[in-house]
Amino acid sequence: MTYEELLTEIALTDERFIVMTAENRALVRNIPGKLGNRFIDTGITEQTMIGAAAGLALRGRIPVVHALASFLTMRAFEFVRTDAGIPNLPVKLSSFIPGFLSDGNGPTHQAIEDISLMRGIPNMTVFAPADEQDLVEMLPQIWHHPTPSYVRINIRKTEYQHSPFEWGKAEVIAEGDDVTILTYGLLFEQALIAVEILKNEGLSVGLVNMRSLKPVDEHAIIQATRNSKLTVTLEDHFLTGGLYSIVAETLLKHSLTANVLPFALNEKWFKPSLLPNVLQHEGFTGKQIAEKILGYKTRFVQPGISTMQFSE
Amino acid sequence: MQTISIDKNKLEVTALKVREHIIKMSTDGGCFVGASLSAADLIVYLYSEFLNVNANNLNDPNRDYLFLSKGHDVPALYGTFAELGLLEKDRLKNHLSTSDHIYWHPNTKIPGIEFHSGSLGHLPSVAIGVAMDIKIKGGTNKVVCIMGDGELNEGTCWEAVLVANAYKLDNLLFVIDRNHFQANMATEDLIPLEPLHDKFTAFGAAVKRIDGHSFEALHEAFSAYPFETGKLNVVIADTVRGKGLPSIERRADRWFCNFNATEVEDLLKELHGEHLTQLTSETLVVR
Repeated sequence: MTYEELLTEIALTDERFIVMTAENRALVRNIPGKLGNRFIDTGITEQTMIGAAAGLALRGRIPVVHALASFLTMRAFEFVRTDAGIPNLPVKLSSFIPGFLSDGNGPTHQAIEDISLMRGIPNMTVFAPADEQDLVEMLPQIWHHPTPSYVRINIRKTEYQHSPFEWGKAEVIAEGDDVTILTYGLLFEQALIAVEILKNEGLSVGLVNMRSLKPVDEHAIIQATRNSKLTVTLEDHFLTGGLYSIVAETLLKHSLTANVLPFALNEKWFKPSLLPNVLQHEGFTGKQIAEKILGYKTRFVQPGISTMQFSE
Repeated sequence: MQTISIDKNKLEVTALKVREHIIKMSTDGGCFVGASLSAADLIVYLYSEFLNVNANNLNDPNRDYLFLSKGHDVPALYGTFAELGLLEKDRLKNHLSTSDHIYWHPNTKIPGIEFHSGSLGHLPSVAIGVAMDIKIKGGTNKVVCIMGDGELNEGTCWEAVLVANAYKLDNLLFVIDRNHFQANMATEDLIPLEPLHDKFTAFGAAVKRIDGHSFEALHEAFSAYPFETGKLNVVIADTVRGKGLPSIERRADRWFCNFNATEVEDLLKELHGEHLTQLTSETLVVR
């Protein structure tokens, strides 16, 4: 099932749902014809869209709002915080092309502080699925929960069969003594490759798909750092405020420490290009991740990375 | 100001070459081809005839400034830079390569680009700051900001007009590439803008509305700068999205295009009036 099919099905069966967009129709191309006046396109007006979503939520609606991640989280930030966060209204943010997914657009479109910004808002919940299957697994609970939510939309296809989503729980894929990789979003795909290489090199490797960054699965984080000699945080986000920070906060809260290697963007935006080239240039392919953890090169051949084709 | 005649033929030849560059950039990942083709004549005119900007004065504080706020039309700017000697033509082949800085939105690593853009409704205010400083210093340089019509959805564009009016910034020109489309559909079918001339006039600007593909009309309008003492200058340039390629002109589904190699070859011929191109590539690839 695709994102659009799920949204269509839920909105058609529950009159409370309103689908909104600030003229970003890639995810909702076929919905206007099906939903009639419960589809609202406000044009390129992210702030007005969020304010209007709050007004709709005041009337008992559940607005699912769409815009490019950087504009949804940053241009409309104060509207999200003030109009959805303070009154704790169920405004559901669907952010398109977050993180590395903005590929060739450049820094204006790079939402790599979105997790940090959104989790700082009281009442807000924050999610980053690994792929479209994971996304569709998670969304029904997120959309029916009474709080505002922020979801990094990721519609990359996968062969991976994810386990059912539990509120506030990470998906623990494997446990390992030597290394555990904690990750979220599209880099899960590369983490699976890195795990395969590390295992080939004889290491005992764990992998956790974080899924929910707020509420966060503290138990999964603590277990990873207790089980493994090294914990790796892997994210397409600034080093500040994302998973690395969440792990640090969690450990400090429980008076713990750990050996943590972060993969993140440290005080820089990434080089704009098509996604496979971005990952290669920034050192985020599975092979590059594994070799940085190992400290040496391997003969492993990095599998191809599909480019994004968004059909709006 | 007296209108000095222009070499229309030379401008048309340059614009045609710029359009060729745009088409060549619309493959191997693609670009915002429709928005670039609508702005091409405008950008060629401004750099060739109106702005005091050239390869030798890019850091001169007395140069004129152009801010490209709509951003998607940056292939038209790169094409113009290549034709006017501000950018090596070979570098256009590096579009989307990690070895260069040529991608879907403008950035200042390319000399001649005054400010990065991509998030709409930012550069009208940045242009205001530059125009304010020029006023404070008593300078005579001009500041142009090109905006898209879809961009006018963003409230900050209208805040900027209010502020420019309050500070009587008659050294500032907002130029609207009025191609009548935003990403997915016609502007008037989504968030209507008309009567646009009246809106700007009511906000205190001196407004001219012209055919943005006619070099004579562009020249007549810009030769009248400053339009009125103490007023923001606004030029609404009526244009056609995809101008020069009838097979994509005025098509809502041809915004961002990633053509295949055969299509690019055919489109280059179409540009020179040979035939219409049979397009098979996916429409509305969205970035």
